[in-house]
Amino acid sequence: MAIKQETSEPKNKLFGGGALQQLLAFASLIILIIFFSIASSNFLQWSNISGILLSTTVIGVLALGTTLVIITGGIDLSIGTGMTLCSVMTGVFLVNMDLPIVVGVLGGILTGALIGFISGFSVSILKIPPFIATLAMMMIAKGLALVISGASPIYFNNVPGFDKIALGSIVPGVPVPNGILIFFIMVLIGGVLLSKTIVGRYTFSIGSNEEATRLSGINVNRWKMIIYTIAGSFTGIAGVLMASRLNSAQPALGMGYELEAIAAVVIGGTSLSGGRGSIVGTMIGALIMSVLTNGLRILSIPQEWQTVVIGIVIIIAVYIDVLRRGKNA
Amino acid sequence: MRKYLLTLLTVLFAVFVLSACSGGSDSDTSTEGAEGEDVDMDKTYVALVSKGFQHQFWQSVKEGAEQAAEEFDVEVTFEGPEDESQVDKQMEMFRNALDRNPDAIGFAALDSQASTPLLEETVERDIPVIAFDSGVDSDIPLTTASTNNYDAAALAAEKMAELIDGKGKVAVIVHDQTSVTGVDRRDGFVETIENDFPDIEIVDIQYGGGDHLESTDLTKAIIQAHPDINGVYGANEGSAIGVVNAVRELNKAGEIVVIGFDSGQQQIDAIKEGLMAGAITQSPVGIGYETVKAAVEALEGKELPDIIDTGFYWYDADNIDDEEIQAAIYE
Repeated sequence: MAIKQETSEPKNKLFGGGALQQLLAFASLIILIIFFSIASSNFLQWSNISGILLSTTVIGVLALGTTLVIITGGIDLSIGTGMTLCSVMTGVFLVNMDLPIVVGVLGGILTGALIGFISGFSVSILKIPPFIATLAMMMIAKGLALVISGASPIYFNNVPGFDKIALGSIVPGVPVPNGILIFFIMVLIGGVLLSKTIVGRYTFSIGSNEEATRLSGINVNRWKMIIYTIAGSFTGIAGVLMASRLNSAQPALGMGYELEAIAAVVIGGTSLSGGRGSIVGTMIGALIMSVLTNGLRILSIPQEWQTVVIGIVIIIAVYIDVLRRGKNA
Repeated sequence: MRKYLLTLLTVLFAVFVLSACSGGSDSDTSTEGAEGEDVDMDKTYVALVSKGFQHQFWQSVKEGAEQAAEEFDVEVTFEGPEDESQVDKQMEMFRNALDRNPDAIGFAALDSQASTPLLEETVERDIPVIAFDSGVDSDIPLTTASTNNYDAAALAAEKMAELIDGKGKVAVIVHDQTSVTGVDRRDGFVETIENDFPDIEIVDIQYGGGDHLESTDLTKAIIQAHPDINGVYGANEGSAIGVVNAVRELNKAGEIVVIGFDSGQQQIDAIKEGLMAGAITQSPVGIGYETVKAAVEALEGKELPDIIDTGFYWYDADNIDDEEIQAAIYE
């Protein structure tokens, strides 16, 4: 097996490098929250906060998984429709095949892992550029979701308890929907994975210098497949959360979610050229996206302008990142 | 060089295999409809190019078209892009449909301007065009088989006013701000409220793209911003389900009057559970049926009215099991 290898990237603190960028992102989040709380008295109510967090879960979990892929210098465009395929497969397992909930949920997650594995295989073994490999996977997943579901939604009405996965509350008396808890658990898992395990070390290492990593005796292809597979499992979890929240698997949804997730990753300070990034950053990035959307909606800003504002925020976030890198270089 | 040749050969082989497969498969399982299907040369052939395909609404339109095809003994194909922003894809489908030499064309334009050159070609080639659903903004189609969305939305507004006793705050969730259905279903509702019910205030109009999740989150934000809101109207299936989800997640069932549009399993359930007061349904089967029927009549040289109203209905817990409603709604 591979020899333990010190890589070029700096020793990670808690959840990975890029502390300044994280701090900036966190500061922007706080400023946004303060701004919206002053602008509308309805913003800082618990039911709204819980609404914001719940609306972060699906995009957020997608973004967490894809952070790993982006740190390797890759990209995953298949997460949006891949998520849809996972929710459809969950529907097939639970509704059409009448399997127990646990099996159905695991089946959905494994579908995601399989999608990730195939993408990883295309990227590492077949040497197809990640953009193209996952673009193709995006189409395949979209098509399969429609074919498998017969182009009509699968409803979970006869699967009691399925909607509780995202909307129920496991801690009695505390009105926190499970979906939110699952999101934060995934943040924790993703964070530990990236900063405390060998997977994380190789993720950074491949992203900062793939050739050097290979030359130091690490089986880069194998680790890439592992990383894409892990990211795929996150897609699967997002698929289950989505299905649970809507209590149905909607085969026509999902397009465009990948770009929102990638935007969250980028706002969180992960570099699209690889080698740098963090899970906490992505979490903050996803929260910035949903706080911004929610706040603008609460202020009844016309939707056309909401998207303009979000676009501008992405430019600012990435520009700050460019500035910071320029200083370091 | 060899590498390119090999690639080319692989692609050609893949295309060959795929086309061989699609010849044998049932059109129900393909996502984009009629391409590659054989067309019987003797029968009258009507090609329908729709705005969508995979949504249940379009599947019901297709069903209506097939009913008419059987009744009038004509050949019908039905195709449409995956989502309603793919104008270019629809143009391609229109092009392909024309290349198959149809006797008549049924067309629901995503963008009437973009389709002008193709519509002009139909005039040159003497192929009658029947517009359906949101129609085509042009003089070329002989008639338009569609729901009067403005009137349908006005009915939704009247029902809303009735259910909140003619006063209070309401919000509107629409699928998009550019399509004819989006605009008519918004304006029919908003203008009816403004003109006839001065004590009702429309506090917000937002657009969720018909995406269930997006519509859920934005309705929640609106309810947060206006906690004393009395009613919310969702202008299509995705929007309406979003409103229902939002009301359910915020535990406001019974406090907020929800009015939907179109049908689908979840709206039907919401009405039966009492989460939704009722909804407007078009008659998608009727749209498909009337389109093909109009095409047949046009080919027979019959006079057609400018607009064929394919009808709409209000349905709620009381009449949901009636025969005419059951024929119009789909699960």
